[in-house]
Amino acid sequence: MEATGFSILTAIIFIPIIAGVVILFLDRKNRDLVRGIGVTAAAAVLALSLAVYFGYDNFVKAEGGLIDRQQALLEAGGELSGAQMFADALAFEQRIVWVQSLGIAYHVGVDGVSAPMVLLTGMVAVAGVLISWNIQDRLREFMAFFMFLVAGVYGVFIAVDLFLLFFFYELAIFPMYLLIAGWGWVKLREYAAMKLTLYILVGSVFALVGAVAMYFAAGAFFTGAGAEVFQAAVANGILPPDSGAYSWSILQFTLAAEHGAFAFDILGIEGLSFARFWFPFMFMGFGVLAGIFPFHNWSPDGHVAAPTAVSMIHAGVLMKVGAFAALRAGMQLLPDGAETHLPWMVFLTLINVVYGALIAFRQRDFKYVIGFSSVSHMGLVSMGWATMNLTGMTGAGLQMFSHGAMTALFFGVVGMVYDRAHTRDIPSLGGFMKVMPWVGVAFVIGGLTSMGMPGLSGFIAEFPIFQGMWAASEQITLQFGAFQLSNYYSVIVILSALGIVITAAYVLRVAGQVFFGEFDAERFHDVGNIQMTDRIVLILLGAPLIIIGIYPPIMAPMIESGIRPLIALLGGG
Amino acid sequence: MDLLNDPHMLPWLIPAGPLLAFLLISLITNKSKLVAGNSHHDFNANHGSYPGLMVPVVHPASRVISVIVGLLGVVAALVFSWLTLAEASQLHHLGPEVLASDIAWMDTGATAFHIGVLIDPATVIMLIMVPIAVLMIFIYSIGYMAHDPRQARFFALISLFAGAMLTLVVADNLLLLFVGWEIMGACSYLLIGFWFEKESAYKAAIKAFTTTRVADVVMLLGIVYLYSITGTLNFRDIMYNPEALDLLATTTPIIFGGWTVSAASIIGIFLIIGTVGKSAQFPLHVWLPDAMEGPTPVSAMIHAAAMVSAGIFSLIRLYPLFAAGGDPHHGIMTEPLAFMAVVGAFTALLAATMALVQNDVKAVLAYSTISQLGFMMAALGIGAYIAAAFHLITHAFFKALLFMAAGSVIHGMEHGEHHAHEHGDHGHAEGHHGGEHFDPQDMRNMGGLRKTMPVTFWTFLIGGLSLAGMPIITAGFWSKDEILADAWLVLDKYGSGAHALVFALLAVAAFMTAFYTMRQISLTFAGEARSEAAKHANLGQGIVSFTMTLPLLILAVFALGAGFVGVPTDFPVFGAIFSPEYNNFKHLMIEALPLTEATAAFASLPDYHAKPPPFHIVPVATSFLVALGGLWLGYLIYWRKPLKAGETDPIVSFLGPLHAVLQNRYYLDEIYIAVFVKPSQWLAAQVIVFLDRGIIDSFLHIIARIFTWLGDLIKVLNLWLIDGVGDGIPIAIFSFGGWLRRMQSGRVQQYLLLVLAAAVIIGLALVLSAGAATTA
Repeated sequence: MEATGFSILTAIIFIPIIAGVVILFLDRKNRDLVRGIGVTAAAAVLALSLAVYFGYDNFVKAEGGLIDRQQALLEAGGELSGAQMFADALAFEQRIVWVQSLGIAYHVGVDGVSAPMVLLTGMVAVAGVLISWNIQDRLREFMAFFMFLVAGVYGVFIAVDLFLLFFFYELAIFPMYLLIAGWGWVKLREYAAMKLTLYILVGSVFALVGAVAMYFAAGAFFTGAGAEVFQAAVANGILPPDSGAYSWSILQFTLAAEHGAFAFDILGIEGLSFARFWFPFMFMGFGVLAGIFPFHNWSPDGHVAAPTAVSMIHAGVLMKVGAFAALRAGMQLLPDGAETHLPWMVFLTLINVVYGALIAFRQRDFKYVIGFSSVSHMGLVSMGWATMNLTGMTGAGLQMFSHGAMTALFFGVVGMVYDRAHTRDIPSLGGFMKVMPWVGVAFVIGGLTSMGMPGLSGFIAEFPIFQGMWAASEQITLQFGAFQLSNYYSVIVILSALGIVITAAYVLRVAGQVFFGEFDAERFHDVGNIQMTDRIVLILLGAPLIIIGIYPPIMAPMIESGIRPLIALLGGG
Repeated sequence: MDLLNDPHMLPWLIPAGPLLAFLLISLITNKSKLVAGNSHHDFNANHGSYPGLMVPVVHPASRVISVIVGLLGVVAALVFSWLTLAEASQLHHLGPEVLASDIAWMDTGATAFHIGVLIDPATVIMLIMVPIAVLMIFIYSIGYMAHDPRQARFFALISLFAGAMLTLVVADNLLLLFVGWEIMGACSYLLIGFWFEKESAYKAAIKAFTTTRVADVVMLLGIVYLYSITGTLNFRDIMYNPEALDLLATTTPIIFGGWTVSAASIIGIFLIIGTVGKSAQFPLHVWLPDAMEGPTPVSAMIHAAAMVSAGIFSLIRLYPLFAAGGDPHHGIMTEPLAFMAVVGAFTALLAATMALVQNDVKAVLAYSTISQLGFMMAALGIGAYIAAAFHLITHAFFKALLFMAAGSVIHGMEHGEHHAHEHGDHGHAEGHHGGEHFDPQDMRNMGGLRKTMPVTFWTFLIGGLSLAGMPIITAGFWSKDEILADAWLVLDKYGSGAHALVFALLAVAAFMTAFYTMRQISLTFAGEARSEAAKHANLGQGIVSFTMTLPLLILAVFALGAGFVGVPTDFPVFGAIFSPEYNNFKHLMIEALPLTEATAAFASLPDYHAKPPPFHIVPVATSFLVALGGLWLGYLIYWRKPLKAGETDPIVSFLGPLHAVLQNRYYLDEIYIAVFVKPSQWLAAQVIVFLDRGIIDSFLHIIARIFTWLGDLIKVLNLWLIDGVGDGIPIAIFSFGGWLRRMQSGRVQQYLLLVLAAAVIIGLALVLSAGAATTA
């Protein structure tokens, strides 16, 4: 563990918070200043995020960097320690003890999975501020809440303390509720905001209960049977010297999980270990936010009701928060549970992929199409997690970034069309390529990404996921009492290909009906081309899709290095 | 430059030119100005008019620059192709030796995925054909798109299309091939829908892309499966490596394992389905006829030089995989081979019947493309790997020629129509086509064009005869004959059913091909003009006319001459002239397959270097008979007695009710809509109404209602019990709120936020102050 001074990550969290607080105290009429502070803060955060991303990239790829170290470990053979590898993978760390008696610390850092998410959040933050440039109603409050939202999202990605993770998780939900209820689409906003908040809070409460249970289980383990493990870890520097047996540190939970702290049976039922019991609560509790079937229904309503910037951050980043937390707090801390439960949960992800696409196919409302497409695409992320192998999970990590940028781009496009046409009814639009060529091209690029076109990031993500599914097919067997199912991952991957076909169908249908065809020059006589800020949004979100699509080494090795500790925890090679 | 000196790096530069041209045009030179959208007259009829709306029209300067940049890109590709071919010819033995280099691209697990380029015999033949055909199409486009307001965008997209095709050709692995394949799919979507204001155009674009996507996804699954067994997608490592082939042929697949098929068969069929979509084979052929909604150069690109050829080319590349486990030259078929033979032969015949009754000049060609691709597919299925490649090349030349000649006809007809409108008697012109929109592509409106457009006529005739397989003098004869000869050999020796089927169906299809080609030529060019437009049809003078004529002349040379590289050695007279020692084409192409010595050790693998079929009179006589017979019949019915204006096509009465069936494409489109589209829409609607909104949401709503009810209950309790105690607290909050109100506007959100902000500031203070105090 490195010595921890001030970390750039701390700046990333506090800049938006400070900007938000400052904005709240400004004069409401001084719109330029509000916007100026907003965009400056977002740009600063994006710049710092880029620094983190490429800094971490260097940390991974440098001579003797993380990849080399992991390679050496693999070549040396023997038992791999996931906790050790995770500790080794963390960079940009800062740790301050917060509540010593409870083992809570302000501990932040990034690994290969979270570094791309940090970059994604920065991109979407800037795009969100720019696209909200012309909000008329209470711009000051909007901007401030948006800043708090950004800070909360960042916090989840960089938290290395489970308590801190929960803290930021809730911090993100609260402004989200206000933004949707206050600035959303009048017809739906109160219902949608309430629905969203209830779903997510209920999910996180289950997860929190699970986390508390883990806290006590791990503490008991380290004071009892695992005392030696604990001392050894402190001596090796995996854990900081001032840690107690009872701690919220994710590192410490990982260590406990690896040494069987969660393997004891509970409720007096043989075979029902602690990990197996709590995994569904942890994974699904956060998985709600990733839109896992059947807990996805908050998301399309929420996306549609939210103002454009919020839809962007909501679908682009917040759903990744769910998938990320499910990985970090679910799979990483309860790997035994993952091995038991993911083999059946993979069916839910299949439903996600096909079902979301089918519903998107039937929508008349432009925004609902994109909303349900997110449900479908996030299903691929969960499917990637469910492969539990390096290839598939790396693909899922890539899909998180790819989908984040793509769907934010989509919502930006929808917003730009809606702001000018004042309708989202797909059949009544048409020919917008003529008047908004930039937006049309952006939609086509996003659409091609979403249908997995090679040369764009969607393919780079989907290919490894399918690859991983195929490889997992021979390894994973579903055991359910006497009932046994094997080799079914290959069937699932074939069925999920159906989702990709339907995706192509609805993307092309929307592109055809909105951007192609005759333009109704009389009805949309006041529709004009977009302004500069909108163009920046389109470029900011569209360019990464192409860059990663053409040159995946800019992201794939990093994510892979972040997945390797998990593979070690899951007992793979 | 190192890049130029190392022959192994040279192939990288081939696709670079067009790709760079795409970037340059789309990012830099694609400048447009806004012009009032009602000046309809300036554009051609493919653009709508928008009264009162300003629409972007490409700037004259950037029009010229885009053309130059696009053209330079293709010329660069051509030059680098030739340099590469020269380097390849320097190799001691092309085949076992190749030009190849690769770079690490994507990490998948412990090994990095490499992409690279490969020049082997299969690439060589494509590098001879593709750049020339593409360059001709580009030159032709200069004239054809000269008046289009989006000319720059056209050149950008078609450059990308060409770049993707060349990437696919030089790719050394299946994944890079798939990349080129899919980018071409996207380009075809954008180009078929290039005139996106037309509903028929964007619908055709959607249809093309969706149909091919269905197939591509299956293909992707095949690629993924192949990769998970072999751990590589490199062509050399799989297709030229007997161990890998043997492994694939003897592995039991993880799905359909009970059907006693090998993994090679499952993967093979998955990959073939990709081509069934891309090369428009039954049942996924429906997109190709609609695809002619795009500008004609795009049709030439799709039908000849690029898209559909790519499908067959990749099957040629993957042939050893399909044949592993069987031996087609001894009548032992594998599942993928049988699949290809049946699908190909059936498609060849089916499409030929539909081509018989088409009235649209491009539609006849579109169906003939499907049919000819069926020939190639069937040839691959019966193991006639080299004949398929040969036909691919000759077909590309004469089909590009035919499409561009047809485009010239259409252009000339439009020209004539304008002329008739401006100078002729308006009332007459209106009366002539009954007030309906004039269709410049309908052959019933043509006739007599050989007089006004002689160059187009002669080149079209050459292309048509080549398509019909006119013996000896055309390229189409030699390649088609070879397919039949290969089929006959195995049929004769081993009585193989698949070979018999292929032979019979292809012979009938070839007869129909000759007939409908003659019908088309006659309807278009023979007799007297059947409309005012046809009377005045011509290409005009100047650059437009020149750029649209030159490519036709060049391609006509290839449509005649390209066949002579593949004359069988023992063919009477001509064998001795053109192939004194060996059949040049076969001699080159066979080296793309694993060597006999290498495969001999594996029982599951056939000898890929089987001997060429000896000369046999039956297939040659058949080739002569069907080609000449079909042409003669067409000549008799259509050329000798040309159709007059207002007359009904004799084929209508001849075919009777069958005519309507054929004209409606066997109602396949309607059937697909009824069987696939409608049910899936219905299913989606049910999912929304019943499952998503019905069960999942109403469950939530019931819970919400229960909680509301509980809340009301507690509220009532609250009134009785806690009110007394609670009274004090609201008063306190009220006064606290009053204090806050002085500070701010008094929204509840802000109270909460202030609390939050306070917490955060405390946290921040902690962080900053503790920086030094932190322990490591």
